[in-house]
Amino acid sequence: MNVFSKIIFTIFVIQMNGYAFAESSSIDEISKYRELLADGNPAELWEMRGEELWKKKIAPKNVSLEQCDLGKGAGVVKGAYVELPRYFSDVNKVMDLEQRLVYCRKTLQGLSHEQAVKVPFGSVGNASDIEALVAYITSESRGMKMNVSNKHPLEKESYEIGKRFFFYRAGTHDFSCATCHSADKKRIRLQELPNLLNKLDAQKTYTTWPAYRVSQGEVRSMQHRLSDCLRQQRFPEPVYASDSMTALIMFLAKNADGGVYDAPALKR
Amino acid sequence: MKKMLMGLSVSIVITGCTTAAIKTDYGQTMLTLLRSEFISKGPATVERVLSQDEVQKICSEYPVERPEKMATLIQDSQMKTVQYPSDGIYIGDWKNGEKIAQNGRGFQSSDPLGGVNGGNCYACHNITKSEISYGNIGPSLYNYIKAHGSSEQVIKYTWAKIYNSQAYTDCSSMPRFGHSGILNEQQIKDVMALLLDPASPVNQ
Repeated sequence: MNVFSKIIFTIFVIQMNGYAFAESSSIDEISKYRELLADGNPAELWEMRGEELWKKKIAPKNVSLEQCDLGKGAGVVKGAYVELPRYFSDVNKVMDLEQRLVYCRKTLQGLSHEQAVKVPFGSVGNASDIEALVAYITSESRGMKMNVSNKHPLEKESYEIGKRFFFYRAGTHDFSCATCHSADKKRIRLQELPNLLNKLDAQKTYTTWPAYRVSQGEVRSMQHRLSDCLRQQRFPEPVYASDSMTALIMFLAKNADGGVYDAPALKR
Repeated sequence: MKKMLMGLSVSIVITGCTTAAIKTDYGQTMLTLLRSEFISKGPATVERVLSQDEVQKICSEYPVERPEKMATLIQDSQMKTVQYPSDGIYIGDWKNGEKIAQNGRGFQSSDPLGGVNGGNCYACHNITKSEISYGNIGPSLYNYIKAHGSSEQVIKYTWAKIYNSQAYTDCSSMPRFGHSGILNEQQIKDVMALLLDPASPVNQ
């Protein structure tokens, strides 16, 4: 089977097995589908589109992103993601991948902020260039170990802010990130919840985002994952690619240190 | 903001927290970011998440366990918030209770303002035999009467637990459904019926 027919077949199988989901661990089921797909994750289509976008010269400056410095020098994509978030001396702050992409699109390509953050999360008929770029860049770290620095004082600060955020209980429901993600083997309904304070769980989780979400038909980035968590946490909406989200990502990424990166992945 | 800063320092005094000043600074920076980088949407507002009460402050500071004194302080103060049904009737309609237990909506940024809130009990609890999609953050409530009986004491305990879970368990993961205005009195009666009506599928 080619990639496309595999995708269609798999989606069909997943729909047919809706009831089977309820009876066994959804994670086990997803593993089965992953095996079924073998090397045919639809995220590949996002990765390919992302690579084209990375190399495409666009208005107003008519330049590509190929000179964007993701932390390992201008234009180095290979291995950049497993070291993010990180401190960038040119802006004197810590940035995650998505913040850095916004920065490069503005400074290199001359986009306005509004243009650079347009459509952070795609939907049918409204594809996100950002999700595609993120899929491409992250795929270039596949097989490498998470290696996020906390040597710079601002990296340390970002981590500590993220940690405070993780434990911050508030809102109508008294929820924090920790409410759902600080104990082993917990579930919401049938959805298994990773314990993000447990090294192995944290690694397994962080190294498999972004992911192609079968239920949404899109590749979803870390920013999307966090935004959707916060929505269910009864928190207001985070501004896209903001410092608080970078801090939270820093906390999660650092906790996943040493994990072998394996994304874009495939998830429910 | 000033009021909140005062609130935080008060909680630190109360909790006898001896952390270094730098830790407080991280917390303050986090709050500043929360204020400036989040946008209220629908029923989920920035103001609401910034106005932590004392319980939320302590539970953020001590997420895993806390000194016994503090635990007692939370339970005592939360027990005082419990309002028992005004007409003395504790048990409503279990069928409505089941709908409330299934409904996960309410107070999300994606929910409408003034919509009907659910309790989303199945997210965390095993409740009925027929619903196999349930979570495990809370204990099983299946066969509730068999497990706990249905004495007046149990009925009052169950009411208070739903109304304000922290009256019994400081920093419980369970929302304070009555105290926080998530479920109204009639809804709590209906959820009570799901657990305590002998005709409810919970007790079949």
